[in-house]
Order: sequence, then structure tokens, then C-alpha cells
Amino acid sequence: MDFYKFLLSRILTFVLVVFIGITAVFFVPRFLPSDPVEAMIGQLTSKSAFMDPKAIETMRTTLNESFGLQGSLLQQYFGFFKRVLITHDFGPSLANYPAPVGELIGRALPWTMGLLLTSTIISWAIGNVVGLLAGFRKEKAYSKLLEAISIALYPIPYYIFALVLIMVFAYIVPIFPLSSTFQGDGFTWERIKSLVVGSTLPALSMILVGTGWWVISMKTLSAGIAEEDYVHFARLKGLKERKIMSRYVLPNAALPQVTMLALQLGTIFNGALVTEILFGYPGVGTLIYTGILQADYNLIMGTITISILAVAGATFVVDFLYPFLDPRVRYK
Amino acid sequence: MKNWNVRLKAGVAILAVFLILGFVFPLFHPGNPIDWSAYPKNLKPSAAHWFGTTNLGQDTFWLLAKSIQNSFIIGILVAFFATVIGALLGLLAGFKGGFVDRLITLFTDSFIVIPSLPILILLGTLLKGRASLLYIALILIVFNWPWPARQLRAMALSLRERDFIHTALFSGMSTFSIIVKEIFPFVAGWSLANFVNTILVAIGSESGLAVIGMSSNEKATLGTMIYWANQHQAMLAGRWWWIGSPVIAIALIFIALFLTMTGYQQYSALRRGK
Repeated sequence: MDFYKFLLSRILTFVLVVFIGITAVFFVPRFLPSDPVEAMIGQLTSKSAFMDPKAIETMRTTLNESFGLQGSLLQQYFGFFKRVLITHDFGPSLANYPAPVGELIGRALPWTMGLLLTSTIISWAIGNVVGLLAGFRKEKAYSKLLEAISIALYPIPYYIFALVLIMVFAYIVPIFPLSSTFQGDGFTWERIKSLVVGSTLPALSMILVGTGWWVISMKTLSAGIAEEDYVHFARLKGLKERKIMSRYVLPNAALPQVTMLALQLGTIFNGALVTEILFGYPGVGTLIYTGILQADYNLIMGTITISILAVAGATFVVDFLYPFLDPRVRYK
Repeated sequence: MKNWNVRLKAGVAILAVFLILGFVFPLFHPGNPIDWSAYPKNLKPSAAHWFGTTNLGQDTFWLLAKSIQNSFIIGILVAFFATVIGALLGLLAGFKGGFVDRLITLFTDSFIVIPSLPILILLGTLLKGRASLLYIALILIVFNWPWPARQLRAMALSLRERDFIHTALFSGMSTFSIIVKEIFPFVAGWSLANFVNTILVAIGSESGLAVIGMSSNEKATLGTMIYWANQHQAMLAGRWWWIGSPVIAIALIFIALFLTMTGYQQYSALRRGK
């Protein structure tokens, strides 16, 4: 029973996240003082010396269409939902005409997912192990050192770290490239090498900051659990410290960290966007930036709505896995 | 201040330096630090220009001071309103329970998950980097109230079982005045820590937005300073004082805020134990 209740509340949250996110994206352009379509046409006509009035009219229609500006506000609103959720049609990219926006996003998404997945898993794993050690043996000198390092790492935003890494490893000691460029195709040695070289700095900046955060929260959790009665009991029973740490403290501290991971995904994604842009890494963040620089509104609307859907989906998956990890939810 | 721990002392000390730099120093500078070509371009740090000058002919030191001021104003504004709104909603949810609780919790959990940056970027794009700082602060408030709401709901859930709350309830006090008069003193410590943390988050979000040129480019904030330095290839040209000063300032401010927050939490936990 509890399991279904849990599941239902997660599904409701997921639906609401998608709903609020898309509603926000729908209404933000409508609350602005200037008409985005007119502003954009003005920009286009000022760029090129002459534009056929007919072409401008067609442009206006397509833009109105892609912003969903036809019909009453209610019709526009439902039309927008239909386009985002059912047809996934964001129109052609204006900067890379006539490539459809959906295709560009499809190409960028695996890059972002790769970067996010790798760096999140690595930092979550390292952070929990280090945090567990630091919390369980908090009086040891190395625990204090590890905690001090994480405190210095965690509060610093991803992009600041990215900038520092660029400064150090691309200028002062030029081991890594300034921006991520990837060569080759398929599974060649050259391609794998360029993948590793190009992704190291972006991934590193995300891993370092992320690890700091997980260490700090895991340390607090495991220090609390180490004081619980059942841990004292295990010690009195004569269990080895190592076993107490791995069988008693770790599972109980790691579970809240799974929930925390679900809650943090949005923030981590925000960080990934800026990191990608700073490194020119070919993911969704850089795609949004391309859209911004070239005033490609179709691309911007598409990438932003897809980002919200992706983060909501990922959060749902992590939440959905939770009952399978926590027997207390499963068997009640 | 006698019982202050090392973290709290260090955090408050660094913060004090930056607050003086941001709010007192600009009073002694007559001109507008953002004005272009006020000084010769790209001077190296010297006695006349402590942090050199930028490629746009601004004095980096005064620009930095003004940027720190604006960043703090955004941070404090967002932190104040987000904490108050979040605290009230969270306490209401935890205290009322039932449908109100479920509704508020649903919204809290949803708002936490939505990535705010893409929506801020959309706004920034449509306003072409001319969004007013107030507008950005407003959006940041919308995305930052859920954390305190979530935490304070949990605190209210345990508080409402205490005897003095029952007494207040039976003596006919309204829910709102119980929250303000009876519960708030209990959660004030956590709220203050959250306030400090939200300053950090808000400055971070605005700067992140600004670094990619989507905030108020004409205003001086720590993020826009990095943006202009990047735009003018400060790193490539070796003008480290221009790009380096805001980067180091952000890092130090954030560590100081974080130390203050955790230090204060330890401090108040100790006081409760007495």
C-alpha cells in the first residue's frame, strides 16, 4: 500500500514539474514589454540589407507558429503543450536552416547525458565513501582534512571552477585544450583519445564541486547514525568496525543521499549548462548558447523545454528506484 | 562573541572585509566605476590603480567594489524574501497538515526539481541582457523559497506535538499567530542559516547567468565583470587582474558565507545544549 502511495506522489510531482516548467516557458515571453517576434524580425532585417516583404511575412507566420501565438491565449496554451509533449515539434532551427531543432537537440543530448552521468556518478560515489569515512571516524586527523577540503570546494560554483581549471591547465600549464573539440568518427583510437582529452576538464570541474557537496552531507548523516543505539549494540556484540561501517552505517546514510540526488539533479544540470558553455562542449548547454548568440528562438525554446523534461524525467527515475533500494518502503 | 567557533569567526571576518569593500569603499569614489575610458586601458596593478585597469578603461578595483555591492544586494534581497516566504509556507504546511500540507509539499517538491537556469536564460535572451537586477531577483525568489519550506515543514511536524503548542491551540490562538509567536523563535536559528545560504545561492545563480551574458550586462556585478573580461579575452591577453579579481572574490565570498552558515549552526546547536 505504502509503495503505491509513494509511487503516486512521485508521479504527481513529475506531472506537476512538467506542467509548471512548461507553463513558465510559455508565459515568460508573454509577460515581457516587447513582442519577441517583432524584435526578432527587426534584428533579422537589420542584419541583411534587403529582405523581400513577402519573406518577412512568411517569417512572421512561422515565428508566430513556433511561439504558438495564434488563436486565443487558451488555445495557444494547449497548443504549446501538444507541441512539446506529443509532437516534439519545435520547428526548423533559424541559425542552421533548415535542420529541425529536434534533430540538433537529439545530437547534443547524448553529450550532455554522458558528461552529467559520468560526473554525477563519480562524484556521488567518491563523496559518499569519503563522507562515510569522515563521519564515522570524525576524530581522526584525515577526516578533518578531508572535510576542510570539501568545505573549500563545495561552495564555489561550477563555472568559477571551470574558469580556474581553464586558467591553470589550458594557459599556465597547457596540458588540455582550451575548448572541447572532438575528432574522428566511430570507435577509433584517435576518437577515444580526443573524447578523453576534451571531456576531462569539464568533467573534472563538475566532479570536484559535486564531490565536496556529497562529502559534507554524507559526513553529517553518518556521524549522526554512528551515535544510534543499534550501532552501539553492534559494537558491544563485538562486530568489527569495518563491518559496522559498511553494514550498519553505510546503508542507512546512503538512502537519504539517493533522495538528495533526486533533489539536486536540477542544480547539477544548471551547473552543467554553464560548464558546457565555458568549455564549448558540444552538449545542450552550448546549443542553448548558440541559440542565444544567433537569436535562434526556435532553438532556445526547444532546448529549454527539453531540458526541463529531461531533468524532470531523470529525477523521476531516481525517485522511482528508491523503493527498490529501501526495504522499508517496499515491504510495508 | 566569546563562544564563537573558528568557522563562524573566520566566515564573519572574511564577510566583513567584503561588505566593507562593497558598501563603504564606493562612498569614497566620486565617479561611476562602470564608465568606459575613464582611465588609460590595460594598466598593470600600481599604486594609483591597485588592481590595474580594464580593456574598457575602468579601474578594476572600484569596478570590483561596485560589483560586490550589487551582487550582495541581489543576494540579500533574494535571501530575505525567499526565506520568509518559504518559512511561512513550510510552517503552515507542517502545522496545518491534511490537504494544505499535501498541496504545499507537492509544489515545494516540484519547484525544487525544475532547473531554474534554463528559464532564467530564456528571460535573459528575450530581454537581451538588459534585464533589471530587480527582475532577476524576483525570478530567483520564485525558485529559492522551496528549500526553507521543505526544511521548516519537517521542523513544524515535530514541533506541533509539543505541549506548549497544544496549550496555545486550546487557548484559542489563531494558526498564524501560533506560527509567528510560538514556533518562529524555535526555527529562527535555522532560518538565519538558510538566509546566509540563500545569499550564496542567489549570488551564484545571478553570476552564472551573467557569465554567459544573460543578466544585466550594463550593471556591475561579479558575474558581469567576468563576462566582460571573457568578452575581451582577458585571459588570453594575460590581464589576470581583470578576470582574476572577480573569480577570487566570488570564491572567497562563497567560502566565507558557507563557513558563517555552518559555524552558526554549530554555535546555535551548542547554545541549545546549555
